[in-house]
Amino acid sequence: MAMMPLVETLSVLHEVRRDDEVVLTVMGTAREWMALGDLHRLDWVYVPSSMGQAPSLGLGMALARPQTHVIVCNGDGCMLMNLGSLVTITQQAPPNYTLILFDNGVYEITGAQPTPAVDPDGERVDYCALARAAGFRQIYAFDQLSDWQAQARELLDEEGPTMIYLKVAPVPEAVGPRSPSKAPDRAQAFAEAFQQ
Amino acid sequence: MASPQIMFTGSQVVSLLQEIGVTHVVTVPDSTLGQWEDDLKASDDIAYVGVCREGETWAVAAGLHLGGARPLVLIQCTGLFESGDSLRNALFDYQLPLFALVGYRSYLDQATLPGDTCLTFTEPILTAWGLDWTLYDQPGRAAETLDEIADQYRRCQREGQPGVALLAEGRA
Repeated sequence: MAMMPLVETLSVLHEVRRDDEVVLTVMGTAREWMALGDLHRLDWVYVPSSMGQAPSLGLGMALARPQTHVIVCNGDGCMLMNLGSLVTITQQAPPNYTLILFDNGVYEITGAQPTPAVDPDGERVDYCALARAAGFRQIYAFDQLSDWQAQARELLDEEGPTMIYLKVAPVPEAVGPRSPSKAPDRAQAFAEAFQQ
Repeated sequence: MASPQIMFTGSQVVSLLQEIGVTHVVTVPDSTLGQWEDDLKASDDIAYVGVCREGETWAVAAGLHLGGARPLVLIQCTGLFESGDSLRNALFDYQLPLFALVGYRSYLDQATLPGDTCLTFTEPILTAWGLDWTLYDQPGRAAETLDEIADQYRRCQREGQPGVALLAEGRA
């Protein structure tokens, strides 16, 4: 599979995202999402995070507000820390939940060390197969930006839970995301917007 | 009626949670807490959210809270140990006033696990986190204890603080 530029894949989401959708970003996706422009009132920039917990946090959001679509942008290193969450999600089966997995094969912000899911030959764990085994039924994989761009909105509109796998290239010399403001203040503001 | 080594029955716990307005129970069961599962799942007022590992409980509960629900975390003290970073993030980074019932393994009976180190670490760790925690350890006074837990929960919610009700268990 080819690899897409992370920022371009996120730009697609940024463009097609509806005004009433929650977008949760973490680690590298949070860094690049913040660079795309002003934050939306329903953006949850999960910085600081508990690494691995973004899918579970988004699940709680989706269960609390079934009429609101929650889109979780997770990295592969984070996913590996909480593979059980795939089962938790499908057990609850929220139709308003989409998990987008950005797989760059490395722990990017710590110096791009390969994750344990990449073997010395470069072969990667099949995250789509993991998701399928965990009970996901809507699973889509992309390694071509034009394909992702063409289908993104349609897939986000499907009844979930949905898993979208995007194979992306590591960002050279990437650094960790900075918290855009005080976390408790952001939590309060987000909760007010989310509950409207 | 609960057995001598179990603080409450499932129906008593459901009544407590209904009284204090809990909407979701986010949990990994242990051999005591798991006995409440059927009653919790049967409740029309409370959604049961089983997760795969305790760290998830705090994150799911955080999302529920942000969405306006009133979640309760239900885990054993071993799960409390496991879930430290997730707890730290939800309760301290984002200062969310989540409340948990935490089972205190072996407190009432060490027959299964003599010298269980849960007895060594549970209370100091709760204190180290700086949480509002209370130990409930008298199975013979369930009604009074349930009232006390309800009072602790309401106080924590009123003050916008997280809290833990530590429930003595007699099973491993």
